[in-house]
Amino acid sequence: MPSVLILGAGSDMAMAIAREYASDKFDIQLAARSADALIPLQQDLQIRYNVKATVHAFDAGAFDTHAAFFASLPVIPDITICVFGYLGDQEKAQHDWAEASRIINTNYTGAVSILNVVAEAYAQRGSGLIAGISSVAGERGRMSNYIYGSAKAGFTAYLSGLRNRLFHAGVHVISVQPGFVNTRMTQHLTLPPLLTAQPEAVAKAVFKGISKKKNVIYVKWHWKYIMLIIKNIPEGIFKKLKL
Amino acid sequence: MQKRLANWGNYPAIASEETTFTQEDQLRAYVSNHQELIARGNGRCYGDASLGKHSISMLRYDKILQFDTEKGILETQSGVTLDQILDIIVPKGWFLPITPGTKFITVGGAVASDVHGKNHHVDGAFSNHILDMDVIIGDGSTVTCAPDQNPDLFWATCGGMGLTGVVTRVKFDLKKIETAYIKQTQIKAKNLEDVIRLFEEYKHYTYSMAWIDCLKTGDAFGRSILIVGEHATPEELSAKQKKAPLTLPAKRKLTVPFNLPSFILNTLTVKIFNWLYYNKNLKREINNVVPYEPFFYPLDAILHWNRGYGKAGFVQYQFVLPLEHKDGLVKILQRISDKGWGSFLAVLKVFGDQDSLISFPMEGYTLALDFPVRKGLFAFLDELDEIVLEYGGRLYLSKDARMKKEVFWKSYPNAEKFAAIVKQYNHNNTFTSLQSERLALTK
Repeated sequence: MPSVLILGAGSDMAMAIAREYASDKFDIQLAARSADALIPLQQDLQIRYNVKATVHAFDAGAFDTHAAFFASLPVIPDITICVFGYLGDQEKAQHDWAEASRIINTNYTGAVSILNVVAEAYAQRGSGLIAGISSVAGERGRMSNYIYGSAKAGFTAYLSGLRNRLFHAGVHVISVQPGFVNTRMTQHLTLPPLLTAQPEAVAKAVFKGISKKKNVIYVKWHWKYIMLIIKNIPEGIFKKLKL
Repeated sequence: MQKRLANWGNYPAIASEETTFTQEDQLRAYVSNHQELIARGNGRCYGDASLGKHSISMLRYDKILQFDTEKGILETQSGVTLDQILDIIVPKGWFLPITPGTKFITVGGAVASDVHGKNHHVDGAFSNHILDMDVIIGDGSTVTCAPDQNPDLFWATCGGMGLTGVVTRVKFDLKKIETAYIKQTQIKAKNLEDVIRLFEEYKHYTYSMAWIDCLKTGDAFGRSILIVGEHATPEELSAKQKKAPLTLPAKRKLTVPFNLPSFILNTLTVKIFNWLYYNKNLKREINNVVPYEPFFYPLDAILHWNRGYGKAGFVQYQFVLPLEHKDGLVKILQRISDKGWGSFLAVLKVFGDQDSLISFPMEGYTLALDFPVRKGLFAFLDELDEIVLEYGGRLYLSKDARMKKEVFWKSYPNAEKFAAIVKQYNHNNTFTSLQSERLALTK
């Protein structure tokens, strides 16, 4: 059985991705801070799809545990999907370093720390596939979420560099750039329905993107063009906008 | 997120602050910090029961926790829908013990409405099949209940429309089946007398219901098609069906893509539809073996069929009258046919006896039909309510969007007792819905 590791498996998006892979008969390794909280999903995957699912404690912020965590997995997964993220509170993060560093450590440092470990193993083996869920927020800093956005920008750049490096080792890296997704993380926001994806749609896009070995995918596709426009607004004008 | 929410009848619609969660502790924290909440599943109740200022969407709390394929016991989080469950259990030779006319409801909704099916006279309601369940009550704590564990909470939660708290986990028993097919018999009944006689004659069948033409007057008043069925045995299947007895053939789904203009449904079109529906069966009796889906869920084949009633929405009126009051049924049907407002597909069924606190079913006749919302409708339904009251009947809260509070308090014999239990678990009116406020069950 092929296997997939899902990092940050407690979120709505991760659950949807897990189901998508389980329905394609992958064994699933679920990892999140509290392994106990993943047990219902583990049971669900086993009963619905008749696959093997395991749960593993993983804390994105505990960098020094990452190597041991990866070594403890029952098998080296064929695919690793890095889903965890933390939106945080922009205003709070502007003056509260604890909040700012949590945003940075979850979305960037933690992701780099674990994916370095995974990349090393995959490069050595000469096979494997890594997917990182970044965000369109990382494509241009905006006043409403630039701390989250800059961490995601770092992550996006990391993924692109990793893709470049691992290509020569036979390992593929895919960057996923979702726009708005209707999840618990965004439930306090009022999102435009036409531009907002359901977690299941993101999961399907991730699955399809990985199967086709795409490099960068946007969900929903409109975002590619929206971001193209946003990125091309001259800075002199952009700084005056309230975005 | 602020959302415009309406249930299946598209009436009423309100703005509600919706919250979602995937872990129980997230929900517990939310409940202990908020008020005026109501749990909401797939929005398939018809009226205002799951509409409130703050709604808790249960749809992401949808994990299957345990499936004992030997004993036929299923344990799930409450946001999983029956259609997902069927996909899992039918191939393993099990079926839902009780199912309403749509499979697009959640397990939590099945508990809160204490749903019944075509087998009520044999197998009772959903509550009769629950082994135990968890409810998050008003103070944010989780309480496990069962018929022999916190029974007051258990019985007030079954049919309690979410007012005791949020159902989070349910363990219930399943029904053994050998095939995914139903051996069905359809019998045409000339009039109401005839169909009531047929219900009696066919009462040993596990599943029974009748489609009734509410617009017909004179000799054919109450003409119907009685539909009865049993789970088919492998021997009863065709050679093709026998190859995979527990798998259904794949089918395409139709949909109503937008609200139809309301003039499409008028007395004439409904009369034509009813004529066609009644006369499509050329023979008095038809026997065949059909997949379970069209038998239990004929309307699920058309997604968004509720849009057929237009933007104003509709109300489904479902009442039950005690068995000895057939005359009350005649009286109500007469009013409906005189008025000519009823829709097609009115459903008649005979309930068996049920011991419950606040559930809808009681031994007697139940009739359900749709009325598009229009001027004068509510006054007309108030008149029907009077007849229901006069004959000792009651209305189904899961369908209700407009009943006056007096009608509720007079017609549900345990209303006082129910309200007292709700008060005990629903600290400071943590859980309230449009319906609970309208019926003066909370605040």
